[in-house]
Amino acid sequence: MKARSLVAAGLIALALWLPSAASPQDVSATAPAAAPGNAADADLEDRTTAVASTLRCPVCQGESIQDSPSQLAQDMRELVREQLRAGKTPEEVRAYFVGRYGEWILLEPRMTGLNVLLYVFPVALVLGGLALVVVLVKKWSTPASGTE
Amino acid sequence: MNWKRAALATLAAAPVLALFAFGFTRNPREIPSPLPGRPAPAFEAPVFAAGEPPLAREVGDTLKLGDLAGKVVVVNFWASWCLACRDEHVALSETAREYAGKPAQFIGVLYHDQPASGLRWIESMGGQSYPSVTDERSRIAIDYGLYGVPETFIVDPSGRIAYKHIGPITASVLKFWIDSLAPAPALDTVPVRSGL
Repeated sequence: MKARSLVAAGLIALALWLPSAASPQDVSATAPAAAPGNAADADLEDRTTAVASTLRCPVCQGESIQDSPSQLAQDMRELVREQLRAGKTPEEVRAYFVGRYGEWILLEPRMTGLNVLLYVFPVALVLGGLALVVVLVKKWSTPASGTE
Repeated sequence: MNWKRAALATLAAAPVLALFAFGFTRNPREIPSPLPGRPAPAFEAPVFAAGEPPLAREVGDTLKLGDLAGKVVVVNFWASWCLACRDEHVALSETAREYAGKPAQFIGVLYHDQPASGLRWIESMGGQSYPSVTDERSRIAIDYGLYGVPETFIVDPSGRIAYKHIGPITASVLKFWIDSLAPAPALDTVPVRSGL
């Protein structure tokens, strides 16, 4: 009985973890095809896509500048490409946009200060819920000794 | 249901309700800009709309923010397709004219628009007293963290952004900022009124 409840808890944990693990940073599959035969261009395009996917489009609802077809997003993507070409690191490019638009421009908040709560709280909530389930399943599956 | 359970439920619901109460009183579209207090991003851009004397600049001239140190600079982003820009047009144009000869400079920056459309718009609005520049590939707009138009930035004489205004600006807001930021005139240039 105990083994069964443990397996159930394990399965729940897996189900909760899988979707987040499967939502990838890797969106290079959607990158526009670069000029054939030019590895440097393709590389720059990949890096541009990677950075642009992490920046929020200011005139859209929850879309990255990589995904948005809006004029401003296109201009911002072009600027990302230009800064990367000039030798800036992805973090420096992101810092440039944060300096202009604030942390809001980052689709994923940085893990600093109060933001840590955003990352820790859901995990704590899930773990707490799982613990509760395990405790309750245990309680229900032990034969009642009294008159509950 | 005993009192313990009720207390527990209330305790659990309180933070959620508090969060909602806080969240619903805030405007989700109002995003604090990191720019006020920071040095205004430098730019130089070609004039496409000259403006009117005495504030006019020749079309094709390059306006450089760096050249305007010592003045209060009003940078207004606008477009001919922007409806709200019509609401602020008179306030900007009139205030700029009123402050001609004072250490203040108004600059219009055309956002996502064709100069020809911008010129037609200015004509249909009855003119614009100060010059406007074009913004190639939105570089100035992105440098100023622009979300949309109209947005207006007030740059103090030392080159720092003092204030960012989202939406149509009014003459009283413009005057307040220019008056409070403009360097005090030297004593010998203070106009002396006769009869005082």
